[in-house]
Amino acid sequence: MIPTSKLEQNSDTLDHYDIIIIGAGLVGCAMARKLTLEGARVLTLEKGADILDGASKGNSAILHTGFDAPPDSLEQSCIADSYQEFIALRKKLHLPLMKTGALVLAWTDDEAGRLKGIIEKAHRNGVQDVKLLNSTAILKKEPELAQHVKAGVYVPREYVIDPWTTPYVYMRQALANGATLRCDCELVSGQFDGEYWQLSTNQGAFKATTVINCAGLYGDLIDQNLIGTSAFQIRPRKGQFLVYDTSAHRLINSIILPVPNDITKGVVICQTAFGKLLVGPTAEEQDDRDDASVDTETLQMLRRKGEELLPALAHQSVNATYAGIRPATEFKDYVINHYQNKHYISVGGIRSTGLTAALGIANYVFNQMIDGTQSYTPSDAIIYPDKLNQIAEDEIRDWQKQGNQGIICHCERVTEREIKAALHDPYLPASSLDGLKRRTRVTMGRCQGFYCSAKLSEITAGYFTQPMAENIHQEESNE
Amino acid sequence: MSEPTQRLPSECDIAIIGSGPSGLAAATELKKLGVKSVVVLEREAEAGGIPRHCTHSPFGMREFKRIYNGATYVRKLSQRAIDCGVIICLKTTVITLHKNAKLTLSTPEGVQQLQAKKVIISTGIRETPRAKRLISGQRPLGVMTTGALQSMVYLAHKKPFKRPIIIGTELVSFSALLSCRHAGIKPIAMLEQNSRITAKYGMQLLPKILGVPIYYNSQLSNIIGKHAVNAVDIITENPHLENRLLCDGVIFTGNFIAESSLLSMSHLEIDPTSGNPIIDQFGRCSDGDYFATGNMTHPVETAGYCWANGIQTARLVYVSLKGMLDEHKQRIFITSTHADIKYIIPQTIAVSTKQHTVSGMGSLQIRANKALKGRLSLRAGEKIVVQKSIKTLPERRVALTLPKLTESDSDSPLQLHFESM
Repeated sequence: MIPTSKLEQNSDTLDHYDIIIIGAGLVGCAMARKLTLEGARVLTLEKGADILDGASKGNSAILHTGFDAPPDSLEQSCIADSYQEFIALRKKLHLPLMKTGALVLAWTDDEAGRLKGIIEKAHRNGVQDVKLLNSTAILKKEPELAQHVKAGVYVPREYVIDPWTTPYVYMRQALANGATLRCDCELVSGQFDGEYWQLSTNQGAFKATTVINCAGLYGDLIDQNLIGTSAFQIRPRKGQFLVYDTSAHRLINSIILPVPNDITKGVVICQTAFGKLLVGPTAEEQDDRDDASVDTETLQMLRRKGEELLPALAHQSVNATYAGIRPATEFKDYVINHYQNKHYISVGGIRSTGLTAALGIANYVFNQMIDGTQSYTPSDAIIYPDKLNQIAEDEIRDWQKQGNQGIICHCERVTEREIKAALHDPYLPASSLDGLKRRTRVTMGRCQGFYCSAKLSEITAGYFTQPMAENIHQEESNE
Repeated sequence: MSEPTQRLPSECDIAIIGSGPSGLAAATELKKLGVKSVVVLEREAEAGGIPRHCTHSPFGMREFKRIYNGATYVRKLSQRAIDCGVIICLKTTVITLHKNAKLTLSTPEGVQQLQAKKVIISTGIRETPRAKRLISGQRPLGVMTTGALQSMVYLAHKKPFKRPIIIGTELVSFSALLSCRHAGIKPIAMLEQNSRITAKYGMQLLPKILGVPIYYNSQLSNIIGKHAVNAVDIITENPHLENRLLCDGVIFTGNFIAESSLLSMSHLEIDPTSGNPIIDQFGRCSDGDYFATGNMTHPVETAGYCWANGIQTARLVYVSLKGMLDEHKQRIFITSTHADIKYIIPQTIAVSTKQHTVSGMGSLQIRANKALKGRLSLRAGEKIVVQKSIKTLPERRVALTLPKLTESDSDSPLQLHFESM
């Protein structure tokens, strides 16, 4: 089953891989999949308890056409390549997709004046099917929008996808085809002896021919640690979101985008694959790479902003709030560098478009940097694992099926059978509450665990490294 | 302990959604009135609703003339319902409310349909969680509502933290305190934004006895901790308090809202400000085949109050089933002009042409967001229909006698005014 490597087996006893990927975020997962399917023996190191524990967990869940990407950039070409591949792979890998389309809306005359430029840019990026719409046409498409919309650009192939299933599917296929993943595994240091890398971690040492840094928010620090320099500096940029309840979902059909300014794409309103409505993100520069705090003032601002564009939101209820941190750098484009004499590849500055672009980034790294310098033998029988829990709303979910063992999380309609499946997954079982949430949607609804956390703490007892609750001991009980 | 679920029929006279005190009371009453098939649909594995997590007393004064704890109380209610011939279907979630009293359900066997003649919705309430309050901070484990804490402590015998802070001083906040005590959890404090507790005077003695301070004029501003709670920041007028309090959990108590998400996804109307179902004086929703009862119509009252409400609604549903209620064609809406009025029930009055054997609710029930003192008046245009001087606190019931309205009144909607004095 393990693909043959051309390298001779080293005399020492360390596990020896062709490639070690640092970081199991979106990019790391897609990278592990691509290289494994190409025949490399891959190890992915993740310091979190589960994949997607860093920047990737807060991604905004859109499959971009790249219509608004900087023309001729690496980002644009990765997005374009990825988009094609995603659509091609979708059925085989059971990747959810909601064909929403997007509207870039101008709310002022100044913004309306900039729409022409957006169309020209889309055409340069090979997205030919964009269309200028007047306010009547927009309001016909989206009758709940505020009446003062001026004009807009319709981008029909901009879609909503499942932000969690997608990377899980990538990593799961890598694992099914022989890759290794180590979670809770943090890099300490590394040495390159001219031929091999030896990485030491809190779980021991690992050896590989090539190291690929996909460490997201810690990308520059990993570069500095391993090769003494980094071509970029991470400038964490936080984005806060509001998630509105299911009844808000039907207020819009398309992804509502603003006319971008220089810093950010601005506040987006879109449906989620889970039948909710998302308003956000903000763009806040900060020093801390981990602190995904929300703050009341900003959340209230998002609420006001949402209601300004979609007045009916005033009567809708907020289910959840969260923040994501983008691993932005001083550069606009992705920063992907190959340090050939060090057998080291650094993939940095992958921001919001990473969910879309991950497949394309993996292709780019393989085609431009690995293929030709290393040669692997791809397996002739690629394994496609069974479908994961259907957590997106584009197909029938488990609660609609026979034998589901009953619904545990009522807000999100998650069944007992689904929770057990996520805890017992043969490739990538949930080992934390966050991991279980991303595999099933439990506790993510309007009650935020009011009804189901007790039952959940029972079902998950013994499965999580950080348990939801401790048992009450007899002597502690006061009644 | 889960009871064996009874077989779900495809048709029934009355379907009741939710098996809390009001749903069980309504079901039992309908059987007593001689209705043939009454089906209660319960999504949990056990009937009883919220009181199941309340191992403390007192429950059952009105219903059984003696005192039980919550769990025993609802077991008695549900046994009484079953003894009267009510069918209780567990692990059965209502997914969609259709016109003509038809329901789509999810069960462990998959999706099923149920055709009823009338439907009573008694899905209760839930506390406002952290997210809806737009609280600042990180999102560690150990931030929960009283409901989640109590089900963890009493149903799963787990404790999620040791030294949490309790946010709020409603009746339920003190219930949270008792649950903590039961599990050997010692809260560091209770936080109240006003200068007195929201629950009735006297309850503040309980935390005093237990050695838990109440910090008045203090609000939670920030939750700190990546994986587990490490501390909270507060904004306080108390000069002796630090702005950062070390704790390992946060319990958001009260601020109850109607669990009306089923309605919000259906053709039935919801009061946009409160989220309560819009009902008339007979408890009918905007579609006369549906009735609402219990706490979801008036967040929040005691279990005994809900039980009585369930019985009252059952009698109205019975009359409606017999065709003795007017079709509700004409409804007069009652709206409030004052931001401090939290909600009014009923929100509509059905204009009657027939002489009814039952009268429905005799008064409007009003609740304020904060302490109010002044004059409340119900007006039709310029005309004052009824008025009353009030002095009330948040979460207290205020009743205003409802005049009988005729067709000629239906031209102008009613408005509730408040002038402070």
